[in-house]
Amino acid sequence: MRFNQSIAMSESGFVFNPITGDSFTLNNTGMQILSMLKSGKNVEDVKEQLSAEYDVDSLVLERYLDDFISDLRRNNLIEE
Amino acid sequence: MVMERKKIVVAITGLNNIDSPGPGMPVIRGIKESSCFDARIIGLAYDHLEPGIYMKEWVDKTYMIPYPSKGKDALLERIKEIHAKENFDLIIPNFDAELFSFIKLEKQIEQLGIKTFLPSMEQFEERHKSNLSKYGEKYGVTVPKSEEAFSMNDLFNILRSFSYPVMVKGKYYDAYKAYSQEQAQAYFSKLSAKWGFPVIVQEYIDGTEVNVIALGDGKGNVVSAVAMRKQYITDKGKAWGGVTISDESMLELTHRIISQTQWRGGMELELIRTVDNKLFILEINPRIPAWVYLAVGAGQNLPEALVKLALGMDVKPYSSYDIGKMFIRYSWDLIVDIDMFSKLVTKGEL
Repeated sequence: MRFNQSIAMSESGFVFNPITGDSFTLNNTGMQILSMLKSGKNVEDVKEQLSAEYDVDSLVLERYLDDFISDLRRNNLIEE
Repeated sequence: MVMERKKIVVAITGLNNIDSPGPGMPVIRGIKESSCFDARIIGLAYDHLEPGIYMKEWVDKTYMIPYPSKGKDALLERIKEIHAKENFDLIIPNFDAELFSFIKLEKQIEQLGIKTFLPSMEQFEERHKSNLSKYGEKYGVTVPKSEEAFSMNDLFNILRSFSYPVMVKGKYYDAYKAYSQEQAQAYFSKLSAKWGFPVIVQEYIDGTEVNVIALGDGKGNVVSAVAMRKQYITDKGKAWGGVTISDESMLELTHRIISQTQWRGGMELELIRTVDNKLFILEINPRIPAWVYLAVGAGQNLPEALVKLALGMDVKPYSSYDIGKMFIRYSWDLIVDIDMFSKLVTKGEL
């Protein structure tokens, strides 16, 4: 899995896919995850960093992260 | 060094800047913004209420011309009359419905000393909505299944091989999605009364509407091409907002079509991208679309390039454009005195 590098992200959480013309807005956590993926981190790295940073049950984190990754994949923001 | 702009007189149709706008005004805007030309714009209008007629900062003078239904001879006579007064260098027709006449008259218009830059009759005919299936086969491009109906009986027979919803389309303009035979019949009657025959029945393809505007030099080269995703679509199916995108497959398709057909002039590819990422060609419009100013705003002044090609000047093909440029259309009420309207109605010019 890799982040689609042509995707443009602004600091305010606005994400634009220049190939499809789709645009999205993300909350802070979404932005943080996408930024980590963009910098080359894999899902395990992301999970580790979020676990360290937030007081969250690891199963709950995993579930939410999986859902979010599916959303990113469905919207062509990450590629296999 | 300041380059002197070449003075030219350009006649342009499509001043109907209405809810389903003609391309005339944005074409004019591109030409007026050109650093190569100092253009006097002569509007050619079919209806007294085409808004561009009254936009005097863009259109220097407008003349009424006969509807295409009056035939090409009436059009040629009127062009001669206007040309005698205005001495224009070129004409840019912008309506599908008038192109047939202009292409037929191309040589006679040229003999008057007026340039055009139009597709050939063969190019114009083969990309017709009603010929799209054959076109797809000939050039190896993916098109939805479509058939022509010339009568209600045809329609019944054709609908048997389609599943609902189907698209029912007019010969030149308008398209409706029909969910049943009854709806398809109603749209058939409406479209045939307005645009004549055939009415086209087309497979409905679900997906995202994307378009490409392009300019071919008639020798197989693409001079300009910009891809756009519609962001806001009106109830008439027109883009009221859109954004430039960098979809290589759309541009590759455009290059392939222009190179295979040796397309001459402006064109618009109306495409659908399905969820499984297939591109279908819905229509190939043989003229500049109304959203042309987005291309200008993104760095490709396509109207200027078309004028240069028409005048036989050298044109360097554009190779890139800005991605993520948006257009947002708006409406605006002009206030004019009734004297302007009455002058146009009585004298046929303003």
